[in-house]
Amino acid sequence: MSTDDLYQEVILDHYRAPRNFGALPSATAHAEGHNPLCGDRVTVYVQVEGDQVRAIRFEGSGCAISTASASVMTDALSGRSRAEVQALFAAFHALVRGEPQPAGAPPLGKLAVFSGVSDYPTRVKCAVLVWHTLQAALAGDQQAVTTE
Amino acid sequence: MNKGAGVRPGAHGSPAPFDVEAVRRDFPVLHQQVHGHPLVYLDNAATTQKPRQVLEAIDQYYRTTNSNIHRGVHHLSQKATDAYEGARGRIAKFLGITSSAEAIFVRGATEGINLVASSYGRHHVGPGDEVIISAMEHHSNIVPWQMLCSERKASLRVVPMSDEGEADLDAYEELLSARTKIVAFSHVSNALGTINDVKRIVGAAHDHGIPVLLDGAQAAPHLPLDLEALGCDFYVISGHKLYGPTGIGLLYGREELLEAMPPYQGGGDMIKSVTFDVTTYNDLPHKFEAGTPDIAGVIGLGAAVDYLQGIGMEAIGAHEAKLLSYGTRALQQEPRVRLIGTAPNKAGVLSFLVEGVHPHDIGTILDRQGIAIRAGHHCAQPVMDRLGIPATARASLALYNTTAELDALLQGIRKVKEVFGT
Ligand SMILES: Cc1ncc(COP(=O)(O)O)c(C=O)c1O
Repeated sequence: MSTDDLYQEVILDHYRAPRNFGALPSATAHAEGHNPLCGDRVTVYVQVEGDQVRAIRFEGSGCAISTASASVMTDALSGRSRAEVQALFAAFHALVRGEPQPAGAPPLGKLAVFSGVSDYPTRVKCAVLVWHTLQAALAGDQQAVTTE
Repeated sequence: MNKGAGVRPGAHGSPAPFDVEAVRRDFPVLHQQVHGHPLVYLDNAATTQKPRQVLEAIDQYYRTTNSNIHRGVHHLSQKATDAYEGARGRIAKFLGITSSAEAIFVRGATEGINLVASSYGRHHVGPGDEVIISAMEHHSNIVPWQMLCSERKASLRVVPMSDEGEADLDAYEELLSARTKIVAFSHVSNALGTINDVKRIVGAAHDHGIPVLLDGAQAAPHLPLDLEALGCDFYVISGHKLYGPTGIGLLYGREELLEAMPPYQGGGDMIKSVTFDVTTYNDLPHKFEAGTPDIAGVIGLGAAVDYLQGIGMEAIGAHEAKLLSYGTRALQQEPRVRLIGTAPNKAGVLSFLVEGVHPHDIGTILDRQGIAIRAGHHCAQPVMDRLGIPATARASLALYNTTAELDALLQGIRKVKEVFGT
């Protein structure tokens, strides 16, 4: 069995050159996430206006899966409404856990490159850490998120 | 004693030369495929595999002898007690302990350290006092002392280490003072493999009349031990890292100290008599073994030390030293691979980084090639912080590993570099 299904070129590219990386001075909220098992740390900054995520950035250090997940996520969510963010999170969660897509799920677009994660149960946490951290930021919850 | 434990008896009863293929036949779990590749098990610092001699001893115990110990008048209870106490005697002897009174069974190194921190520590450490540990401890030799210090308003002093992973023993000797009430040091570091100069550590503390606990969880599997000659006051091991079952370990303590210590837990077996007014505690070592112990675990650990003695710890150490230097050279010569922990005196551990690749990704890619290593902070977060890295990949060795397996590791690392294009 090969690891190419997990480490797809898109993922490696986002790992080496993460998009939307760095602090967001105009952020209206941020939250920190931590995976104590592997030492991954991520901070997500969001600028929310009304119902819309106007801008989203992240910083931190982690493995290829968690870094690429953060990078692709921030690309995918900029300009989305809160409801769209929730629907995409549910769809992404199902994808990486190898579960069927929820009814009426939105198209995953580039997020679909993480489908290989479902074959690596020990790596699901890496892929979803940044999403949970985003949830905390959107909830205005400043407490650190951990995967444990 | 086990016969045929990985060795054929040599002439005149002298041990036959170490034969790793014969050893491997004793370990059923090694003979399997993982993700379509032969298993290469290099996560021995986390836990070792068990030889059939251990599995059979446990199975036999439950099939033929199972009974509670120290209390029955019947045949099986006596047999179980004999097996349990017999194993204690053999394990003690293996570690260089003459008196079984000084060999206390616990769940593992963690419980042994907690026992000492709680029972000895709380009675000897007070406000303003100090406990000394080192920068390379496993969390289990940090947190119990932190808890003690915070409860007793004492402070924890930490012996620094170099970038290579060597403890600064000059700084250690400077730290020792009248305020120091106990020193707790790892014999061998689990994250880096450093063998500490425990003779010097114990000697310097004793010059000040300070007792020393050594965490031998990673030493016992690799080094011949003679605890009485070493002269430490407490020593802990975990059976599951010594080819025995999980859930059993041993605390060695000097009798004089153990006698003066209050029990750790109360219950059955640790008492001589109980009335509602007064309880008389049992003799050592039973005073520290409240409740029904892990009888099968002790018997399994007894079989493990018999097995190791059949091969000889010197022979095992020599084999592992050869593997370690082979692996060290291979990793040091490999471009974009950095060995973490390069102290001159090491046992069993190859911690490393691959440039531009997180250890977690290294672990996943190796796993798909059937190679089991550990990625992470190895329960030694302060070591990672000290070295300024989030984690390492760690290959750790056992007596059944081969140079061919280290070649497989190297091939696996090359695959990692290929996937990441580094
Ligand atoms: C150096 C060291 N000390 C203590 C421990 C704790 O051992 P256990 O979890 O078996 O109690 C370990 C286990 O990883 C270790 O490597």
